[in-house]
Amino acid sequence: MAEDTAVKTREQTGRAQVIRSTQCTVEVVSDSGEGAQKCGQTFGAVSAKMGNGVWTVEIIPAEIQPPPRSPAGASGNRIRIGERVVTNWGDRTNVCIAFNEQVLLARHRLDAIEDDAILLVENMWATHSDEDIRAEWTAAMEELGGAGYRIIEVPMEQECLTVVDNARKGKNMFALGILCWMFDRDMDLTREQIAHAFRKKAAEITERNHQLLELGYAWADENLDVRIDVRPGLSAENTLVMNGNQAAAFGAVAAGMEMAAMYPITPATSVSHQLGEIFYKFGGIVHQAEDEIAAVGVAIGASYSGKVAFTITSGPGLALKTEFLGLSVMAEIPLVVVDVQRGGPSTGLPTKVEQSDLLAALFGQPGDAPHVVMAPATIEECFHAMITARRIAETFRTLVVVMTDANLATGVQPFPRPTLDPAWQGSAPDMSAIPEGKPPYDWDEATGLSRRFIPGTPGGMHTLTGLAHDGNSRVAYASAINQKSSEMRSRKMAVLQSTLRPPEVYGAESGDLLVVGWGSTKGAIEEAVDRARAEGVSVSSLHLRFLSPMEPGLKAIFSRFKKVMTVEINYSDELDMPYITEENRRRGQLAWLLRAQTLVDVDCWTRVLGEPLRPGAIHDVIRSNVSKGGAA
Amino acid sequence: MSHSCSLLAPVDEDQEFHLDDYEGARARWCPGCGDHSVLTAAQRLLVDEQLKPEETVFVSGIGCSSRFPHYMKTYGFHGLHGRALPVATGIKLHRPDLNVFVVMGDGDCVSIGAGHWVHATRYNVDMVAMMLDNNIYGLTKMQTSPTTPQGYKSNTQPQGSWLPALNPIEATLGITNASFVAQTAEWIPAHLFATLQAAYRHNGFAFVRVLQRCPVFTADIYMDAVRNPEMIDMLDHPDGVPVPESLRQIYPNHLRHDPLNLSAARDLAADTSRIRLGVFFRDEGLPRYEETRHLPAHTADDKIRILNEELDQYAV
Repeated sequence: MAEDTAVKTREQTGRAQVIRSTQCTVEVVSDSGEGAQKCGQTFGAVSAKMGNGVWTVEIIPAEIQPPPRSPAGASGNRIRIGERVVTNWGDRTNVCIAFNEQVLLARHRLDAIEDDAILLVENMWATHSDEDIRAEWTAAMEELGGAGYRIIEVPMEQECLTVVDNARKGKNMFALGILCWMFDRDMDLTREQIAHAFRKKAAEITERNHQLLELGYAWADENLDVRIDVRPGLSAENTLVMNGNQAAAFGAVAAGMEMAAMYPITPATSVSHQLGEIFYKFGGIVHQAEDEIAAVGVAIGASYSGKVAFTITSGPGLALKTEFLGLSVMAEIPLVVVDVQRGGPSTGLPTKVEQSDLLAALFGQPGDAPHVVMAPATIEECFHAMITARRIAETFRTLVVVMTDANLATGVQPFPRPTLDPAWQGSAPDMSAIPEGKPPYDWDEATGLSRRFIPGTPGGMHTLTGLAHDGNSRVAYASAINQKSSEMRSRKMAVLQSTLRPPEVYGAESGDLLVVGWGSTKGAIEEAVDRARAEGVSVSSLHLRFLSPMEPGLKAIFSRFKKVMTVEINYSDELDMPYITEENRRRGQLAWLLRAQTLVDVDCWTRVLGEPLRPGAIHDVIRSNVSKGGAA
Repeated sequence: MSHSCSLLAPVDEDQEFHLDDYEGARARWCPGCGDHSVLTAAQRLLVDEQLKPEETVFVSGIGCSSRFPHYMKTYGFHGLHGRALPVATGIKLHRPDLNVFVVMGDGDCVSIGAGHWVHATRYNVDMVAMMLDNNIYGLTKMQTSPTTPQGYKSNTQPQGSWLPALNPIEATLGITNASFVAQTAEWIPAHLFATLQAAYRHNGFAFVRVLQRCPVFTADIYMDAVRNPEMIDMLDHPDGVPVPESLRQIYPNHLRHDPLNLSAARDLAADTSRIRLGVFFRDEGLPRYEETRHLPAHTADDKIRILNEELDQYAV
């Protein structure tokens, strides 16, 4: 599968064989708490700074301290680097460095490792005093050995003990040293990056980590005979590197928002960690509320009394906030909600990616609650989406749900640094005296838009209510008034839709197959489309940023393709499963929406594996659907 | 709650507000409902304190008493059942210049919104939080509430309430950082007014439980106490609510209680054999969340400059 993407050549320089490749995927895995993530992140950051395309994802166990040396506890990073821009996590890993054989086994069993991969594994377990551990080592190495990988044993513990007393705390930097040698990373940059990563710790910590780095580098130089050359082909100038949650946090600041109310929930919480570090410098407050409901309540209270506020959550929290979201729509209080999706239903897969909240985000509120749902497709878009969301929330006096997911939240990618515009901050809300008799919901007949009356504004006194109300905000149960106010709230969505541009088709404007996606799958889908098109397959793709209201022109675009299908990370039945028929088949969530909206017979292919989609898997789906669809 | 920003309201500073400046829609509560008394007391308070209607917000939940904001001519927020306190907290965090009053029923405050009651007490954000406690769910037609007396029959517990009634004063006094805890009764307007005034003038979260009769469902609960002032102890102290002159003769039982004495307050609250009205606890020295979190505002250009500096750390 790797041959589809990576162009490899081999040459011998001195003792070491150098494999030149257009891209390479590296994993660093350990028990939780051994620092593999810091190793991986640093490797990714250095590669980005050197001008490589990079995509980093975290491999996270759901528990804080899972049992050591257990496959379930595998924790670390996958870093995919390329000569050019890398838009997704790729297929399988080419190089894996593991701190014990059990976590390596876990990756092997998840089919995460390429057939010809190079595996570096800590070998202290082979001679461990515990007989059971030695037996586990032997069994694991047998299983791994049978798979045809190139396995290199590394005496990490033994080497690290020459520098530190507790090798468990040092192996990650030793491993980083090995990777730096293998990929010929800039060591000055790496030292700088380490110093940055440990900037909050004592100076001797940085110094010791530098020593471990050099130790790993020297060990690799002495003992390894294979290096990988992925040439930096990008300019790193004017580029930022961060994850999607950080981008959303910075986006919120750039959007001029000053109140983030939240309750801790994985994988959304790190947005508030980032804001906690910086928000106060801008006069912004991160309010950690007593629960998810209070979090959205505080955001609504702050929004009602001035600047648009936002709340950050994930699926279970979104469910708890539902009643308040309905109030935001009903009373036309601007509000931005960031939903960092994880696997569901219920507590589901807290640390893993899924796109299963779409219909809940659109229709979860009781009653008819028209509002805006957006989905950034890249880490860069996580930044810009916040600015757009705030602007829309305020202009349309409505709720905007911004849907990201665990893949964007924890993925790290370089992207062009935005040129900040003071206009994004928005102007102070209009608090000029309100003329007598002007109603608080003075709906424009055509658009449903009206001015917001903010407390403190003379002449604007009224009681906002979640009950059915007329233009004067008076409780009104009369049927005609409810019909009218529902119409006004709904109209705003049509007005917003009229300002949206039709989505761009990636690839040819017509053909055999159109793949439609939303959210974090864009990079993987487009890479798969590129691979298929390179083989002559007639396929294009289209990615939606607005799910409510839908972007215009979809039906016209769909009509130019023989077949349209969505690719999503949520559950759908397949027709060859028992009992499943065309009639009862439950489809992907975007497919539901597109079918309803366009009356086009949109098919879908979806998976809920708790990991981002692999471009290779989508490529296979494209091939099989074009041969089917094209023939039909 | 005394701060107000003159820049926000370019009205004539000499304008005097009268009762009708605070009167909103005509109240639609049942005749004899205790909510009427509270509404009158609140409107009197606003006149007395000359609060600008546009700088005053009444936030409520859902229930009979939560219709309250509609009957005021201030800003009002009639939101969700049990969720008035988070909304009020959000308002005050963003706009500490506004005068915020929260009106909740017993179901709102100590049942569906109980978590918020505990935490709002701890945040100690400067506002008046009134719990209009008629010991029953009225709007939904007579269901047991947490404060329904044990054995009292309702539509949901026709054999009588199974559990001892929750004691909101005792519970609030148990919450860390509680700064003002008082109890009054709707049938004693002078005490009700004096208590609301003390609550308003308190710098911090002022929790006031108002004992109320629901003329339809719980008319009998306080019947004896209404008829017999002997059953009531008035907590008396210059730092709390001094017993109003007009009531000193009618209510003969005065208990000298220093509202800074928390353990005495807890003992007084725990003893439910007597109805005690007045300020149980008051301490203005406790941290207020909106003050702790207050930050200076920045200009847009300033923010862009700082944001660029922050982004530099993520530059490749």
